[in-house]
Amino acid sequence: MGFFVEVLLSGLMAGVLYSLVALGFVLIFKASGVFNFAQGAMVLFAALTFVRLLDILKDSFAPITLSLIITIAMMVMLAMAIERLVLRPLVNQPGISLFMATLGIAYFLDGFGQTLWGSDIYTLDIGIPKGSIFILESVFDGGILVAKEDLVATVIAGLLVVTLAIFFQKTRIGRALRAVADDHQAAQSIGIPLNYIWVIVWTVAGLVALVAGVIWGSKLGVQFSLSLIALKALPVLILGGFESVLGAIVGGLIIGAGEKLSEIYIGPYVGGGIEYWFAYMLALGFLMFRPQGLFGEVHIDRV
Amino acid sequence: MFYREAGQFKTSYKADQAVFPIFQDRVFVAIWLLIGFVVVPMLANEYVFRAIFIPVIIMALAAIGLNLLVGYCGQVSLGSGAFMAVGAYAAYNFMIRIPELNPLICFLLGGLSATVVGVIFGIPSLRIKGFYLAVATLALQFFTDWTFSRIDWFTNYTPSGSIAVQPVAVWGFIFDSPIRKYFLCLTVLLIFTIIAKNLVRGRIGRAWMATRDMDVAAEIIGIRPIYAKLSAFAVSSFFIGVAGALWAFVHLGSWEPLAFDINLSFSILFMVIIGGLGSIVGGMLGATFITLLPLFLNQLPIWLGINMSTAMVSHLEYMIFGALIIFFLAVEPLGLARIWQITKEKLRLWPFPH
Repeated sequence: MGFFVEVLLSGLMAGVLYSLVALGFVLIFKASGVFNFAQGAMVLFAALTFVRLLDILKDSFAPITLSLIITIAMMVMLAMAIERLVLRPLVNQPGISLFMATLGIAYFLDGFGQTLWGSDIYTLDIGIPKGSIFILESVFDGGILVAKEDLVATVIAGLLVVTLAIFFQKTRIGRALRAVADDHQAAQSIGIPLNYIWVIVWTVAGLVALVAGVIWGSKLGVQFSLSLIALKALPVLILGGFESVLGAIVGGLIIGAGEKLSEIYIGPYVGGGIEYWFAYMLALGFLMFRPQGLFGEVHIDRV
Repeated sequence: MFYREAGQFKTSYKADQAVFPIFQDRVFVAIWLLIGFVVVPMLANEYVFRAIFIPVIIMALAAIGLNLLVGYCGQVSLGSGAFMAVGAYAAYNFMIRIPELNPLICFLLGGLSATVVGVIFGIPSLRIKGFYLAVATLALQFFTDWTFSRIDWFTNYTPSGSIAVQPVAVWGFIFDSPIRKYFLCLTVLLIFTIIAKNLVRGRIGRAWMATRDMDVAAEIIGIRPIYAKLSAFAVSSFFIGVAGALWAFVHLGSWEPLAFDINLSFSILFMVIIGGLGSIVGGMLGATFITLLPLFLNQLPIWLGINMSTAMVSHLEYMIFGALIIFFLAVEPLGLARIWQITKEKLRLWPFPH
């Protein structure tokens, strides 16, 4: 029993990280209807920028703060560039063209980040405690082994989600974002500038990517494979629904837990490595019954 | 002036329904066939065949296949690499398990296996659309990656997991030299192009296009979405499966599961977009462009005399690739095929302004 809970917990914590990446997708999809395939590339780009700046600025008085500020500035500039060079020329194009364009962005960013910052594996250490601890020793025999960094990651992710929720519900800009998500034209007609909103959304997605990149990066090292994490987050999206922040989180937890449990309990019978595709099959099977995902909106087509 | 259909009257239904109703088009196609079958084999050397013509032709076949699905039926698929893998591995298994079978039959059987897989994974398209479907097709990609690297039966228990094959031999004729391979691929492409062209002109193609433009409306005018969508998946994956078998047997010769990973899926999708959605000639143009671009970018620093590390070149390649895709989508969303069409329109008037 203790082992089961241990696997479940580690799965859930991995799931939190998937949620973080999925969150970036959802934000952009909600606000601009763009399925942003470049989220993974943004995670890599943000993490690379951060880790390299940290290296350059390591002798300054506050390296972490400084590099954080510069990285955030870069993400803002990136959002502006994307809005200006990609979204604006492609306005009113079908969703599929925009999706292809984000594929283009993904390729560009992968290349650009590595041209700018090099393509080695960088270790990222911003003081997240390492090692594992035993918890709940009174409940289970021998306690449950969890990694400290996973705990920290979970806390950070939780904080981020709460912040985002407050930002979306309480602030003026958040309200504007929700208005745009509901109906572009109506939002525009009451005076919400769409271009400006897009920049903000992409910036927020960039910041979420930064957080995800820093957490994943300190876990696995900052390297090209970070960019592929986006692929892991996609089943989370179809499970949770493209339009729902809650869906991204719940979906992430389900996928994370399902992946680890299936690997441990089903994997040995079929040769292992099934976490490679299990999430996709889970999501695919689920789609057969609920095509809009767990919390997605049902679209009614009119002819 | 040279491209003008004035005076070409169609006097029969047959003439009206011809694939190339305009005389100049027929001449043009004939010239291309002549170039493909006579001029190129006389001029090109082994390297050019191996590095340019053979991959371009096979990729063109795959791109035409994907274009049937994405461009004509509007179902986005990110799993073409998987279909190619299924085609290649199925053809391999047919070949080693039934050695007396003709390799060309094996290729077709590989394509048919891809068809079966395509129909199974096309079933979700009846329920889900758009991006959900695109992501769902990724499931197939990851599943095949895993299947062919983990289940040893498919690779005939080779210890390294990679497969090496002999040159294809049909009725004692061995396709071992690049020029023979070139003729094989070109013939296959020609046959499949004719099939594709006629499919999209006919009832099935029109059903696909109606489904693409608006599925609900298509259903109301009597097109059964289940047939339209699944037939698009079936035909498309057959094309891609055959292309996969050719890619593995004729182009690569030896390969491992990584040869058919998600990057291959993306590049075929790029070929379709850059070439032009919903156009047969677009698939060929896109395949040419996407295959030649990396070769060109690799050579460019050498021509310019700039010394660059290979890592740098590959990163720059990524950047240029990405930028070009965005550029194409912004400037010409209908791709190279549309540019070709515009050229034809212009030629019609040239050199007079009206």
